[in-house]
Amino acid sequence: MSTKVIGQRIKRNEDPQLLTGQALFTDDVQLSGMVHAAFLRSDHAHAMIKSIDTSVAKKRPGVLAVYTAEDFGDYWHVGPLQVPPPLAIPGAVFNARPLPPIAKDKVRFSGEPLAVVIAESRYIAEDALADILVELEPLKAITNLEKALEPGAPLLHDDLGTNLAADVRQEHGNYAEASAKADVVIKRRFHIDRGAAAAMENRGFVVDWDKRSRQMNVWSNCQAPIPLRNTIAANLGLTASQVRVITPFVGGGFGPKIMTSQAEDVLLPWIAMRLERPIKWIEDRRENFLATTSERDQIHDVEIALTKDGKILGFSDTFYHNTGAYDPYGMTVPLNTHTHTTGSYDIANFFTRVIMVFTNTMIVTPVRGAGRMYGVYIMERMLDIAAKQLKLSPVEIRQRNLIQSNQFPYKTGIIGQDFVENILDSGNYPATLQKAVEMIEYDKFVKEEQPRLRAEGKKVGIGVVCFVEGTAVGPYEGARVNVDGTGKVTVVTGISSQGQGHFTSFAQLVAEQVGVKVGDVRVITGDTGHFHWGAGTFASRGATVAGNAIYTAATKVRNKALDLASKVLETPLEELEIEDGVVRVADIPQKSISLGELATRANPMRGTIDPNMEPGLEATAFYGPPHGATGQGAVAMIVDVDPETYAVKIKRFVIVHDCGTVINPLILDGQIQGGVSMGIGNSYYEQIIYDGHGQVMNASLMDYLLPLSTDMPLKMELGHISTPSPLNPLGAKGVGEAGAIPTPAAFAQAMENALADEKIEILQSPLSQSIMWQMVQEKRK
Amino acid sequence: MSDLYAIKLTVNGAVVEREVEGRLLLSDFLRHELCLTGTHVGCEHGVCGACTILFDGQPVRSCLMFAVQANRHEIRTVEGLGTMEHLHPLQEAFHEKHGLQCGFCTPGILMTMIPFVESHHNPTHEEIREALAGNICRCTGYEFIVDAVQLATQKMHAGMKIAEASIANAIQEKR
Amino acid sequence: MKPAPFKYYAPESLSEALDVLAQLGYDGKILAGGQSLIATMNFRMSQPAALVDLNNIKELFFIRPANDGGLSIGTMTRSSTVEHDKLVAKQSPLVAEAMPFIAHPQIRNRGTFGGAVAHADPAGQAPALVLALNAKLLLKKKGSERWFDADDFFMGPFTSVLEPDEMLVEIVLPPLPAHTGTAYKHVARQSGATSLVGCATVVKLDDKGRCSTAKMVLQSVGMTPFNAVQAAKLLIGQVPGEDIIRAAGEAASKEVDPGTDIHATEAYRRHLAGVLVRQTLNEAFTRAR
Repeated sequence: MSTKVIGQRIKRNEDPQLLTGQALFTDDVQLSGMVHAAFLRSDHAHAMIKSIDTSVAKKRPGVLAVYTAEDFGDYWHVGPLQVPPPLAIPGAVFNARPLPPIAKDKVRFSGEPLAVVIAESRYIAEDALADILVELEPLKAITNLEKALEPGAPLLHDDLGTNLAADVRQEHGNYAEASAKADVVIKRRFHIDRGAAAAMENRGFVVDWDKRSRQMNVWSNCQAPIPLRNTIAANLGLTASQVRVITPFVGGGFGPKIMTSQAEDVLLPWIAMRLERPIKWIEDRRENFLATTSERDQIHDVEIALTKDGKILGFSDTFYHNTGAYDPYGMTVPLNTHTHTTGSYDIANFFTRVIMVFTNTMIVTPVRGAGRMYGVYIMERMLDIAAKQLKLSPVEIRQRNLIQSNQFPYKTGIIGQDFVENILDSGNYPATLQKAVEMIEYDKFVKEEQPRLRAEGKKVGIGVVCFVEGTAVGPYEGARVNVDGTGKVTVVTGISSQGQGHFTSFAQLVAEQVGVKVGDVRVITGDTGHFHWGAGTFASRGATVAGNAIYTAATKVRNKALDLASKVLETPLEELEIEDGVVRVADIPQKSISLGELATRANPMRGTIDPNMEPGLEATAFYGPPHGATGQGAVAMIVDVDPETYAVKIKRFVIVHDCGTVINPLILDGQIQGGVSMGIGNSYYEQIIYDGHGQVMNASLMDYLLPLSTDMPLKMELGHISTPSPLNPLGAKGVGEAGAIPTPAAFAQAMENALADEKIEILQSPLSQSIMWQMVQEKRK
Repeated sequence: MSDLYAIKLTVNGAVVEREVEGRLLLSDFLRHELCLTGTHVGCEHGVCGACTILFDGQPVRSCLMFAVQANRHEIRTVEGLGTMEHLHPLQEAFHEKHGLQCGFCTPGILMTMIPFVESHHNPTHEEIREALAGNICRCTGYEFIVDAVQLATQKMHAGMKIAEASIANAIQEKR
Repeated sequence: MKPAPFKYYAPESLSEALDVLAQLGYDGKILAGGQSLIATMNFRMSQPAALVDLNNIKELFFIRPANDGGLSIGTMTRSSTVEHDKLVAKQSPLVAEAMPFIAHPQIRNRGTFGGAVAHADPAGQAPALVLALNAKLLLKKKGSERWFDADDFFMGPFTSVLEPDEMLVEIVLPPLPAHTGTAYKHVARQSGATSLVGCATVVKLDDKGRCSTAKMVLQSVGMTPFNAVQAAKLLIGQVPGEDIIRAAGEAASKEVDPGTDIHATEAYRRHLAGVLVRQTLNEAFTRAR
């Protein structure tokens, strides 16, 4: 084996381009004759469309065309569903209402597109939006989850006769029996509200139809280029090979860019074919709040049954889940809640039921964390409440219930987003908690520091929680690794990249196997012209699922190079080694051949080849896991709450994490820190607020608050434990969402602890200083 | 088409003359008229900071100015810092400390921090965070950005001459 | 989010600007720093027919001593210039203390002090500051000018006495007498975010240590910057101590007129008003001594 590259803290290959402004993002694509699209979006959340008059808009100088649903004729169609229904779960009810690309007859959420303008500039296109006369007949909007199911509630989908989108129950063991035997049964209701992914780059789409070559090129910052390519081709009756989707550099994804059935995806390619002009659409920030999917909005009715010494006998959760106006992304989010509620704990009896509801709000699809944090939130909150009641410390009650290392693989009996039983593959859960407790010096804080600070009038509190992160789900990803005559390596894979450092971590996987410098490996992600198999970047699966495919392909290339070198150098395989781009005889270093030379020999231009030979130093491989690999960890944090203003400072933040084999610790740290910042946002700053009419009250970054540098702890203290996953050759588990998942639960516990005198119970997320102050006033009444 | 206004300005050391519509945002002018696409647009209401440029040496939001207002002024964008081969010490520090992930907010952050790192020799983390608070990064959680800025000030303070030489090199190369 | 078209004027002198404004009447809109205006134009919430850009009028950029020993600030002086100005720090420490809380550095580099006053945002720092400091405001239109007390300038949210063709030209901050103390504090959800409540406080002590004047002006608790006169009444003639300061805070909490929005409830804002009045009074009295 050559030098160890996997696991090294290597600086990123992609940085110089990004740092100098030379990286191509979607909005940087400039094509000759390009025109610009703008969408007219409904101001009403629920209305019948009486008429849309585009005649004035069409006459505005610089406007090429204006389309409404009617103008698309037979091309207008709903869907498809991007994620199939959960048929694997017995008794599951799922009412599929995929997304129409543009509203026809009826509007179901504020921001739903009504018309699209194509003009010579975005400025003119926006001018023309004001020329369009829309007559809507407003209907009563429904945004409240429970009221949506009451008789007489306004119906979103009249043909359905109900706003019920799905009803799915799963049970492992028997909760009713467990609770009957319990010493203590605690019931609570939790409200969890909605947040945005808010990538710094809004969505974008450029389409260019070349009539003569019958070829369509699309630049999109989507997370799923291959599904997008397939959808576009199918919609237009083209073969998949006629459509090339390129995802250039992408300014953050965090979930919603997984969508491939929204207005731009469906309508703009059709329009580009008709107008024979390249079209660009760049979402603006206001649209990002009104037109990009978001997540959350759940109400949980929870019960926990325990023995008097704090052992959990059973847990039950029935929750309402808001799917918004349509459910094109199936049940991924609530199924993640199902599989992440029991989380790190050994719970024999678990009942979980989701009642998914249509409302006049934005469609809900995964956002970093994707349903996982709500499961973790309610479990961790219930443990805190139970601990108080049983006079146990928050650490003790967790220690008594954690899954032990000898219990893996741990079968949960609950089917997850990948439609197979969620099996926890490996880990050392007690060790992560212990490490977090030690790093934050829990006992010292509780026994010494907190009493001292409280005596000074300070309100300081500590929180400690555990979490799991189901990652790296199927179906599969693939990769092709190629060494060319220069001796440099190209690796291509179907997933797209949004800042996770794939251009470096994937290069490391290849560099180690093929024996070249990391800087000599060029990584191409998300270009269907280069590789056209794969599902996309979601569920923290890139590094593990695509990573294992790359690793396997690279291993094949290594073997191919060694085989050929063995023949050329007339030396047995086992005496050869590869290093610095050269294959040599271990004991006779001067007897060697470069990879470039081998690549050239592997691809002869004249003469004959062996009948079984595949040309080139190239190999393709695929990897598909039997089920997801589960990361795990613990968070401990200390907050300082201003006793008068309730402003919060996070004094310390510890996160201990186990994601199996680490490819690049530098990138890993960055992923965790970024996840934590989103978690802090979800805890205290970020909330998409709808009024009763279905209007977003804060569709701007002035009012939707993203965490700033000054909102973060001065230092995030990271601890790592590595238990390689037995599911894949690398032993890797995903990590992209880790930081976001436990943070709201830890934050709530720490706040409650800081305000212990007030005896409040936090049963909602997110919080704010106003919410906290109000909560205390209510309690004091 | 509304009226056009003739403007003449200096961008990254080069004189530029154009006719622009009054309403053309400076950010769009730089990106789409001058093809300096390193300046990114994240919100167009002055909050995210991705479009920050140096206007007469001071960081400002290019989405909250009209191109016509840049007439007779001097602008520096990320393209006016280092090159891929010769990074500016601040860019170098971001590379070293993993101060960027998706990189979309990065040019705005660099342009915000250029005057800061030039004028601060050994800032505290609190000072750096306060200076950064007008730029949103959704990927990193800011910690490595703070580390990078700290490193850059140390490097630049220790080796001002080296830094200047590298900038001079970079400019030389561009020409 | 692209602005609607407009005609653009960039006068080079004040008189030229006043001429253009007079011609345009209701069609004209002054572009100062543009840090609020251009954002609302990008949202198309504001679609002026014409913009009169003051950025090329050099005579509007200044900070200089006023004749009465106070301080005179030209309307186009950038917020960051005011923030870092030595004369401001010396003569008007309240202003220097409050400036860093206005948005973020990039906004202050472009935004102007006069623009922020004229914008008349009840949540803004600048309107509260000029009110607290009893500033005199010079308003000019073609052929006439008038002086206004800051007390009479603000009419409502984003509304002042300024007429469409009229411009705020100069802000004069009167000198602070001996034994005057000032303090500014605000509470916001984040660095640079809009104040949930802010308070600019000016007090003066007489030679017996009694409070002779007190003015506490609060942000975000009313239709205009809010002058807490009931709280001030309690203080006048009193030697400031813990009880009276607490009572003033409570009075302010009662008299303010805040609303509930997505960031804070009315009750929480009242609470903050009380806290900030008390905290700034403590600070200001200490400084006055």
